[in-house]
Amino acid sequence: MQCSLKLLIPALVLIAPVALAQTSARKFPNVGQPLSQAEIQSFDHMIGPEGKELPAGHGTAKEGAVIFANRCEVCHGKNGENGITHHLVAGSPGKPYRGPFYGVEKDGPSYFPYPTIAWDYINRAMPAPNPGSLKPDEVYSLVAFLYYRNGIINENDVMDQNSLPKVVMPNRNGFVPAKPVYPPEKKPSWW
Amino acid sequence: MDSNQSDRRRFLKQASATVAVGAAGFVAGAQLPAKAQQAESQPAGTDEHVHRVPPRRGARYSLDHMTHYTPLQDYAGIITPAPLHFMQQHSSEYPEIDPKEHRLTIHGLVDRPLVFSMDDLKRLPSVSRIHFVECHGNSSPAIHASRDPKMGLPVQFIHGMASTSEWAGVPLSVLLNEAGLKKNGTWLVLEGADAGKFSHTLPVGKALDDCFVAYGQNGEPLRVEQGFPIRLLVPGWEGPFNVKYLRHIKVVDEPYNTWNESMNHSVSRPDLGGKARWYHFQWAAKSVITRPSAGMEMRKGYVQITGLAWSGAGKVSKVEVSTDGGKNWREARLDGPVVPKAHTRFNYDWEWNGQEAMIQSRCIDETGDVQPSMAELAEHWGYTMADWQKPEKPRAIHMNAIQPWKINRDGSISDAMFA
Ligand code: HEC
Repeated sequence: MQCSLKLLIPALVLIAPVALAQTSARKFPNVGQPLSQAEIQSFDHMIGPEGKELPAGHGTAKEGAVIFANRCEVCHGKNGENGITHHLVAGSPGKPYRGPFYGVEKDGPSYFPYPTIAWDYINRAMPAPNPGSLKPDEVYSLVAFLYYRNGIINENDVMDQNSLPKVVMPNRNGFVPAKPVYPPEKKPSWW
Repeated sequence: MDSNQSDRRRFLKQASATVAVGAAGFVAGAQLPAKAQQAESQPAGTDEHVHRVPPRRGARYSLDHMTHYTPLQDYAGIITPAPLHFMQQHSSEYPEIDPKEHRLTIHGLVDRPLVFSMDDLKRLPSVSRIHFVECHGNSSPAIHASRDPKMGLPVQFIHGMASTSEWAGVPLSVLLNEAGLKKNGTWLVLEGADAGKFSHTLPVGKALDDCFVAYGQNGEPLRVEQGFPIRLLVPGWEGPFNVKYLRHIKVVDEPYNTWNESMNHSVSRPDLGGKARWYHFQWAAKSVITRPSAGMEMRKGYVQITGLAWSGAGKVSKVEVSTDGGKNWREARLDGPVVPKAHTRFNYDWEWNGQEAMIQSRCIDETGDVQPSMAELAEHWGYTMADWQKPEKPRAIHMNAIQPWKINRDGSISDAMFA
């Protein structure tokens, strides 16, 4: 082709911003409604590993023990052990459990890679008969209690927006790869 | 999810505890089996999408989840009737959602956070696609030992957490384009409206490729146990990605590792020194002979061997059948349509001479992936064959091993995976 590069380049520069704008423009502006910041805040409850969405509040293991006995023990057992459903404790105060996670040890926070997971799950899904009924202070307290019983924090440690995401989880390095990656490496079918 | 050994231990414990707790009249979950059954047998009012208990529906109910197994042995072709589609429900009850009130939101790393009503979703360009959905715990080695007659025949409770439907809905690419993805928006985190707020992470690359928000299944609205009014369809990938009762999509810049994916969707591997793999994303090449299979009776002479093959990578290109325990393999007939990421029916004509035989199938998909044997899988996991079923060993999920069925002289058929 005789088409000169010099001619093509300015043409591309001109076209490129237009093309970009087109891919992000709405195609069906008559469908769906914009969400306001206030609306988003009312349901933005899924908590990521860095805890960016955590609300204000705080709690300790001692406060959590009382709430746990009242609202959780009936299913999860005294101190989170030997209940009628998932065990919530592996290890013991001062002695974190470090694996292997082959059976019931896999239930509960000792297995979780991030400190925010238990907070997020308890906040959205527990107590099973009445999920979403716990206040942030109660969730911080329950998490503090469970982490204390699992030997992950000390009894007097205060869990809040800042301290919770910094808790070092005993099984943080128990996953391969350390974080899920996409696309994954090409693996044979037995992977 | 399917820690079957520990589930059974748990269930026994629960069964005794349930009596006590139920007597105290306290725990919602304790009344679960009765409640679940009632939900299924009384299609009325807001429950109009709930089916009657179909014949041979295999089921298992426990405090932490309810399971329905597809009776693969009973149906022909590739489409699973909607009432027989498998179900794995975590919150132990079905949410009652008024479709007029239900909303789907998209927020996070987007230019325009948006909310869609059901009416909005149905106004948008739609697709209908035939795809399998399969629980990541399907075919787990531990479940072969189950002797619960309520769970159906072996092919049903071992491999019946996989089903195929024609799903209809709006591509995620359409919805995400309306919201306008920001450059650093690389993952989605999705939340369902069920009591357990079942949540999962999904990479944007897959979301834009072929995922869709489904509101229809086999020509009708979704059934409540399939996520009514909407669920996500993530073709070819493990079941938990297909979030039911979908209500929130948040665009984020890293995997969120919600409780379900960290705990249930990862598995410790001996070959990784006990470390766990996160989810595996895509299902590999897989197949199973559905008839004849364990629990059925053979008749001497002509036998049609029939079964299903599928792959998360695309189309099934070939299925081979062996009637001598894997020494010789012959090509089976693929009985169309052959659809990517969907069950494909295969048939094989055989003459049974009344002697002992071992029948099995293996799938080869369009990427050349060949379905492995359980012994090959064992080698890669660093297991002996006996290890698969030991309670002290990590439970295995994401299984796609070849399933051998043993035909005995008296015409009875048994599961020969671990025999
Ligand atoms: C009615 C019984 C019940 C009550 C009460 C209850 N839970 Fe649960 N909990 C469950 C069940 C069932 C599961 C498993 C859910 C599943 O598998 O989807 C669970 C799971 C959990 C988990 C995750 C366990 C794991 O394996 O990782 C945590 C943490 C938890 N509950 C904390 C609590 C706390 C804290 C309370 C009190 C505020 C509570 N639960 C009250 C039934 C209950």
